[in-house]
Amino acid sequence: MTIEELEQIAKSVNQENAKYDYEVNVCMDLACASQGADKLKDALVKAAEAAGKTVLVRRTGCMGPCSHGPLVRVDPEETLYHRVNAGHAEAIVKSLGGAPAPELQCDLNEHFDKQVRVVLENAGYIDPEKIDDYIARDGYKALLTVLTEMTPKGVIHRVTESGLRGRGGGGYPTGLKWGTVAKAAGDPKYVICNGDEGDPGAFMDRSVMEGDPHRVIEGMAIAAYAVGASKGFIYVRAEYPVAVSRLTTALREARRHGLLGNNICNTPFNFDVEIRLGAGAFVCGEETALIASIEGRRGTPKPRPPYPAASGLWGKPTLINNVETYANIAPIVRNGGKWFFNMGSERSKGTKVFALTGKIANTGLVEVPMGIKLREIIEDIGGGVPGGHTFKAVQTGGPSGGCIPAEMLDVGVSYDALLKMGSIMGSGGMIVMDDTSCMVNVARFFIEFCMTESCGKCIPCRAGTAQMFTLLTRICNGTGTMDDLALLEDLCSTVKETSLCGLGQTAPNPVLSTLKYFRNEYLEHILHKRCPASVCNMESAVEVVA
Amino acid sequence: MRKNGFARHALIEALHTVQSSFGYLDDESIRFVALSLRVPLSQAYGVATFYHYFSLKPPGKHTMTVCAGTACYIKGADKLIAAAEKRLGIAQGQTTKDGEISLMTARCVGACSRAPVALFDGEVVGEMSREQMLEQLERWTVE
Repeated sequence: MTIEELEQIAKSVNQENAKYDYEVNVCMDLACASQGADKLKDALVKAAEAAGKTVLVRRTGCMGPCSHGPLVRVDPEETLYHRVNAGHAEAIVKSLGGAPAPELQCDLNEHFDKQVRVVLENAGYIDPEKIDDYIARDGYKALLTVLTEMTPKGVIHRVTESGLRGRGGGGYPTGLKWGTVAKAAGDPKYVICNGDEGDPGAFMDRSVMEGDPHRVIEGMAIAAYAVGASKGFIYVRAEYPVAVSRLTTALREARRHGLLGNNICNTPFNFDVEIRLGAGAFVCGEETALIASIEGRRGTPKPRPPYPAASGLWGKPTLINNVETYANIAPIVRNGGKWFFNMGSERSKGTKVFALTGKIANTGLVEVPMGIKLREIIEDIGGGVPGGHTFKAVQTGGPSGGCIPAEMLDVGVSYDALLKMGSIMGSGGMIVMDDTSCMVNVARFFIEFCMTESCGKCIPCRAGTAQMFTLLTRICNGTGTMDDLALLEDLCSTVKETSLCGLGQTAPNPVLSTLKYFRNEYLEHILHKRCPASVCNMESAVEVVA
Repeated sequence: MRKNGFARHALIEALHTVQSSFGYLDDESIRFVALSLRVPLSQAYGVATFYHYFSLKPPGKHTMTVCAGTACYIKGADKLIAAAEKRLGIAQGQTTKDGEISLMTARCVGACSRAPVALFDGEVVGEMSREQMLEQLERWTVE
């Protein structure tokens, strides 16, 4: 495959598409599919045939505002229809070439206006199982440019210049990581894509892998060229069967087109990727645990250093990046590091995909430039809290993150700002809570999660989370005392400071952040045996008092 | 196993294949996999018990999985689980005595935008209400 051949494919796809008078895209991501998007697609095809119109009905990845699903977009007008079912197919086909069907039209201008789509630029526009669709949108151009025109050093320089930081949550500068692996001695080297999206409440990586799988593969191939690796692994959760099948198809197609394999683009560069399934262990998102899992062992972390960059998979230098990080690589190579650097805030560049869920009007996937205010994400893009309730907190970073209260909503989103507020960027889950959520109960939920997910290797995490859970349960059922609260705070700092890996070190974050911003709720539970949100059951406490 | 060249590091892959074919991992199959891949039995058993996705008990004829991820929890998944436990008379992770229905919880199935979510024999249903869930369980019981 050469660049000319790529352009040829892109041209023939465009010619093929031009034969159709209209394009109707149907979102088939999990949320829309669970509401009958596949039946809708069949109905659209039938309706188009019956009406005698030449319509290209395309299945696509996630279009974003899932709460409005199933979604249909008519191109080139970009008319978005929401809550469409198979019964609406005829009306949509009838409207083609005329005025849009008003009763289905979705007006989400404010939702889309504040977004900038880099990672998600193809999701909703291509059929994820067709490599040609991806190529027609400049796919694999970056890889072939890199192979024929750039040195590995040049690639690393460009990524460094872009200021991209790891999107898995830690925010380690990607260029620096690549440089370390490139310099490390050892052969062979490996690149790994972390698709073990364990953070409950987050589904960005799933949507990227399902909606635009080639972008991840292209990013990995570029990374492999830059660091000198010839073998890659994508580690995907077994809970995402669609992502696994889409990636499998994508890998097969890429091999068939000579974009993976030996002597790619007639250069000495060889690269291939294997998929590895996770098996339901949150700790495997930690890089050393993930490596253990790929090696076929229990996913227990190892102390670092040595970092995987020096000694990773089978003791060899290994580059591990998150799905979203790899998804950013191709556009950076195509548009230059400066282009990326100019987006975002001072120390956090580019865009970030968030999964907006919980008590919010427009749930779904959003991609925003770094530095945007939380308030803009929640009120303008998310449409605010529905049902007349008031906003209480937004939880970011999953079980390792924290809850951010209403008074901090005017802070711009960046790695450093979130850390300062006692939370973390995490992989990008954003769960909105209203006045019906009890913060003590939420903290207890996360600690329970960390307790069951603790791998048990180090004591602070294994025993500490269990003790914290007991204390929080006592506070929740009204039998907690002020001594319990003091002990809880003490335990938090012990677990945070002495645990081996990220899971334990960040496990107390939900407790610490709720204690910081919602301490009065804890005190209400302890002193007045009352749950302000009426979530916790205090019956046993009343008995004790009586 | 052959697909991965009997590589030892493909242990998890092999166990996945067993579980998707038989529904669970019994002692015999774990022993067989360990022997074929030349990994110690302790390692194979360790892996099978470490990962939540693997089950050592046979599942019921039907399986209902309630997602217990954060977004689902905020939207009342805990109440759904409690109602299902009461209705079936079993705790989460168990199967009814007649072997008909298993009640499982998942950490997150990634359909958070439609929370709360439940899976009925693998089919994702979003914005699940208590009534809707009990209705489906009723249908299974009648069968």
